[in-house]
Amino acid sequence: MIPLSVRDIAKTFVMHLRGGLRLPVFSGLSFEVDRGECLVLGGPSGVGKSSILKMLYGNYGVDAGEILVAHRGGLIDLARALPREVIDIRRLSLGYVSQFLRAIPRVSAVDIVADPLIGSGIDRDEATARAEAALARLNLPRDLWTLPPATFSGGEQQRVNIARGFISDHPILLLDEPTASLDAANRAVVVDMIEEKKAAGVALIGIFHDEDVRDRVASRVVDVSRYSARGVR
Amino acid sequence: MNGVAYNFAYLDEQTKRMIRRAILKAIAIPGYQVPFAAREMPMPYGWGTGGVQVTAAIIGPNDRLKVIDQGADDTTNAVSIRAFFRKVTNVAVTTHTGDATIIQTRHRIPEQPLAAGQILVYQVPIPEPLRFLEPRETETRVMHGLEDYGLMHVKLYEDIAHHGRIATAYAYPVKVADRYVMDPSPIPKFDNPKMHMSPALQLFGAGREKRIYAVPPYTEVKSLDFEDHPFEIQTFDQPCALCGARNVYLDEVILDDRGGRMFVCSDTDGCDSRRPTTNDQPEARS
Amino acid sequence: MTDAPILEVRDLAKAYGARIGCVDISFDLWAGEVLAVVGESGSGKTTLLSCLSTRLAADRGSVVYAMRDGSRRDLSTMREAERRFLMRTDWGFVHQNPADGLRMGVSAGANVGERLMAVGDRHYGHIRGTALDWLDRVEIDADRIDDRPRAFSGGMRQRLQIARNLVTSPRLVFMDEPTGGLDVSVQARLLDLMRGLVRDLGLSVIIVTHDLAVARLLSHRIMVMKEGRVIEHGLTDRVLDDPREPYTQLLVSSIPQA
Repeated sequence: MIPLSVRDIAKTFVMHLRGGLRLPVFSGLSFEVDRGECLVLGGPSGVGKSSILKMLYGNYGVDAGEILVAHRGGLIDLARALPREVIDIRRLSLGYVSQFLRAIPRVSAVDIVADPLIGSGIDRDEATARAEAALARLNLPRDLWTLPPATFSGGEQQRVNIARGFISDHPILLLDEPTASLDAANRAVVVDMIEEKKAAGVALIGIFHDEDVRDRVASRVVDVSRYSARGVR
Repeated sequence: MNGVAYNFAYLDEQTKRMIRRAILKAIAIPGYQVPFAAREMPMPYGWGTGGVQVTAAIIGPNDRLKVIDQGADDTTNAVSIRAFFRKVTNVAVTTHTGDATIIQTRHRIPEQPLAAGQILVYQVPIPEPLRFLEPRETETRVMHGLEDYGLMHVKLYEDIAHHGRIATAYAYPVKVADRYVMDPSPIPKFDNPKMHMSPALQLFGAGREKRIYAVPPYTEVKSLDFEDHPFEIQTFDQPCALCGARNVYLDEVILDDRGGRMFVCSDTDGCDSRRPTTNDQPEARS
Repeated sequence: MTDAPILEVRDLAKAYGARIGCVDISFDLWAGEVLAVVGESGSGKTTLLSCLSTRLAADRGSVVYAMRDGSRRDLSTMREAERRFLMRTDWGFVHQNPADGLRMGVSAGANVGERLMAVGDRHYGHIRGTALDWLDRVEIDADRIDDRPRAFSGGMRQRLQIARNLVTSPRLVFMDEPTGGLDVSVQARLLDLMRGLVRDLGLSVIIVTHDLAVARLLSHRIMVMKEGRVIEHGLTDRVLDDPREPYTQLLVSSIPQA
């Protein structure tokens, strides 16, 4: 079973506050991702690559087409799933590493990282131990672990976010510029982590502006600009 | 004038019938507060207008009436009400608990166990036991209707939390016939056990609030409590200074301005009966 | 995922004379789900909450609740005694103003213990122990147990109200602007606490709020209401990140990005 396949997706934003301005993004968008490969979404900046990841995660609705996700032994169309089904897919099958951390007041870095594990039913002590190991691997200073990340630097927040995204055992992982604000050493750690996910049979879909990182992790590159509904800008 | 200007027992016959209907309903639903059209009485509210109307509705020419206030037959309130009924009914009166057919009381139950056929009429200032925590009458009526009584234990909980024990000493709430929670009027909780399975009929009248309720003979009356803080009555570490009785409710009497005091029976009839001369009233009781 | 919803709402409507309170409301709520109802004042969200929680009788429609024993009951056909029992065992209601949901004249411990006493707990030591446990869970010091809520700050009162509601392990909790009227820092603490409790206890929650940040943090799903109707309904981040309706776009664009 293909972990994730996208068929004939169309998406248009309608800006009601600007007189109903229609902004078509994609039409006919189709691709598949198999186990153990990392599909990189390519194309010029501004073509809407991040929007694709948000559609795949359910943050953005789609106007037409199917997003078939392998979930609980079957295929479910995320484009039509009920909210609680989307939440269950995210809990068990579909992970997401965004560019920005949405910090929660008063919750420490280690708890933010451990949270998805606890959500999937793993014991709190074990989840915390795994979270600490992930933060250590990404070289986040130990004295930051118990602090809420709201005051961290961009790179520190990004590493908390990566640790959270990579810690769980989702068979599908969406990566939105995971190395954007990292130094070379930490970029290399992330590349290793992606390779480990591939080796473990995870299906990855990513956006990478850093060509070096992209060339090292990409199994395939899809140029999405050919599906663009408004042409390349 | 001796009743010449009044109907027997002061109230007109229609009013007495109305009150008797309320009483019958109250007896049929033990502990339930029955509304009734209380009349203006020739005495102020707070002086027992509810009890007086109940007594007036049930008293007949052959009854023998006893009236006590805080256990005493000779206090102002008791003397006045006794005189009132003497004037408007001309029935016999007594101070002896055992001789009375009707005993109207404010704040006590006689120490001598009551017998079948006797009627105890309580004067009630505030009939609603839930009012302490729920001031809305509409809500308390619904709570009674639905047997929604958790709130009563909130009050007892507060007692224990603040005093280490249930400090409520008067008007201690009871559950009647395992159904209605009832305010027994401001009797000391010492008297609560006397209500339980009493052979006498117990009637409660609240004049200002226009409510009548009842505990029929041989009815279960249980004082509310917690499993780990069971209901307890007051105990006294000394006997009555006048008659030497133990296990009775005692009043503290201040003797002088230098802190002198003594504890004597609250129930004057019981106390007198245990002493050799009953006409020799001690000065402390005037 | 295959079990039945805990609450099924169909075609619910309530009018105040000629004025619409809410109309055509239909949705399912599932165990463990947090549903935020958002909209401005007068949009009908509080009317809806009142109808769902049986504090107000709807004119039309049905609300079916899955009881603990598995039976499904239409709330409008329940007797008052059953409804009250449900309200203080299986349900909670957190009011915007804590004074509406607390007994201000009795101690914090009694406020938490009242529901236990109402369902027949008659052991003082157990009631007090449970109250202490719950005060701890809502971050109120144990030495405040005998203080009355009058002496508490707004945030403490709201946390006490939450403890009072959760002590009987309800399955469904209604919340009406629970963070309204609190300072921002106090709000953050309360939100974090509520988030943890909702998740740890697996509560189903219907929360009415005009604060989209509260909805974002607490809820799985959002219903946007306008003029008594649900105009948009979906996964919380979908509604907030990709709002479809003109009014929802206006709401989302009106909040400063944090």
